[in-house]
Amino acid sequence: METMVEFENVGLRYGTEAETLSDINFRLYPGSFVFLTGASGAGKTSLMKLLYLAQRPSRGVIKLFGENVVTMERDRLPRLRRRIGVVFQDFQLVPHLSTFDNIALPLRVAGVAENDLLGPVTEMLAWIGLTERANARPATLSGGEQQRVAIARAVIGRPDILVADEPTGNVDPDMALRLLKLFSALNTLGTTVLVATHDVHLLGQIEGAQLMRLDRGRLSDPTGALRNPPRPLILDESRRLDRNPNNGEPA
Amino acid sequence: MIRARSIHKWFLPEHDRKLLPEGRVNGPMPWVIAIMMFLTTLAAAAGIAITAMALQVEDQLAGRLTVQITAPNEDTRAAEADAAEALMRRSPQLLEIERLSDADAAALVEPWLGSDLSDSDFPIPVLIDARLAEGQSGAVMALRSAIMRVAPSARMESQKNLAAPIARLMRSLAILALSLVALLAAATGAVVMLTARGALGNHRNVIEIIHLLGGTDTQISRLFQRRIVLDALFGGLLGLVLAFITILLLEAQIDQSGLGLVSGMGLPWYGWIVLALLPLAGAGLANVVARLAVRRALRRMH
Repeated sequence: METMVEFENVGLRYGTEAETLSDINFRLYPGSFVFLTGASGAGKTSLMKLLYLAQRPSRGVIKLFGENVVTMERDRLPRLRRRIGVVFQDFQLVPHLSTFDNIALPLRVAGVAENDLLGPVTEMLAWIGLTERANARPATLSGGEQQRVAIARAVIGRPDILVADEPTGNVDPDMALRLLKLFSALNTLGTTVLVATHDVHLLGQIEGAQLMRLDRGRLSDPTGALRNPPRPLILDESRRLDRNPNNGEPA
Repeated sequence: MIRARSIHKWFLPEHDRKLLPEGRVNGPMPWVIAIMMFLTTLAAAAGIAITAMALQVEDQLAGRLTVQITAPNEDTRAAEADAAEALMRRSPQLLEIERLSDADAAALVEPWLGSDLSDSDFPIPVLIDARLAEGQSGAVMALRSAIMRVAPSARMESQKNLAAPIARLMRSLAILALSLVALLAAATGAVVMLTARGALGNHRNVIEIIHLLGGTDTQISRLFQRRIVLDALFGGLLGLVLAFITILLLEAQIDQSGLGLVSGMGLPWYGWIVLALLPLAGAGLANVVARLAVRRALRRMH
């Protein structure tokens, strides 16, 4: 089966510093859900950056969708980036754009016509419960609202991989759980999800999720799932659509 | 008041306007470009007018030559002049032969030597003008030798040579004007480069987000190029209009002074077309420079 993500002996070094990441090896298959944990400074964000193609490794091989992205020409990377949804740790919303336009951004970048993006963005706004705030600028939104906008922007293009860096870091436990359910809903639709978090309470919330732990730039796999990755989830068509838009629970 | 940023609303596609905030790219650039284009247009107009005048003078003098018979003895001078004129009229390489009368020749030197020469012994040269037939410039040496054989005191000079210092001065002025155009174009490029860099700095976060969401270098650089080209066009057209008004006022003054009729001074019709194309050339230059600046900055992103 084709792997979505494959890291082989990957190392990352910034300048002449010691390696931030060393000998990273893992594979993710379609439909898998993985938590990435580790103490602050362990290298979680660096690993995520490699995954969403914001950074190239110093050594090793990274394959996304079966293609080696380390040696890939720069001009070919945007095509792959459009298949990856990213929830940045600090949201990275565009300050001069409204909630609607921030969510629509990936579609506009992909060249979707204005008439064609109205429906999906309106639907997404309803899904995250921010229809009333469609015209609000990020500065006027609460932390939780900004986080939901960031997540909506990450998923609007139906990415094959969703990468979320500490997506629950700025919200209360209830909201964190609701956001995680959103990811789970996406996962059941076939998206491979990787969530970086140091919130141990979240780890048991997703049934069948794998765990990767980073410790000073090295990867460990306490569940053993990385050496023997479980078979990808078999999509249950009956679970695909009937989701409560606000919390990801079946309606 | 006209605001340069308002042109973005008219010409930029909605997609573009949604990706980068409006108005913040341009800053003072359109106004600086307006000043640059005003100066460029004036320098180019001067260059074109002087070149046209130089060509006109050279064209009028091209192929014309003058034979001077300078023998001190009046009889010898008259005999040599008759022989030289007869030879010149027989030569198929020469056309429009005209011998100046003694009175006309005296009138020519009168400003320098006074009006009493006709009665004096001062030897006023006999002057014979002629025009070389088309394609006969190579025959000058042979003609000179032939004339000198029948009129040993004859001196033959091309009128073009006589006007050579003036032609050289005009060429120098034209080169100076065109060098100014090149320097102003370089300065305009530098302004655009600085503006593009400033805009990139202001919008770095937005660019990074678009980049990570899958925006291509072409897409991102186009966002800046379109804005900068519109601003450059706006500034360029403004500068052109001001320069046209200035040139027309100058031409009116030249016409009033009568200098234009004497010297052929003035902008030829094709000059106006060249000048009208300058804002387009400026916008093209701005497009290329903006593209280079943005692409170079983007290449630093992974």
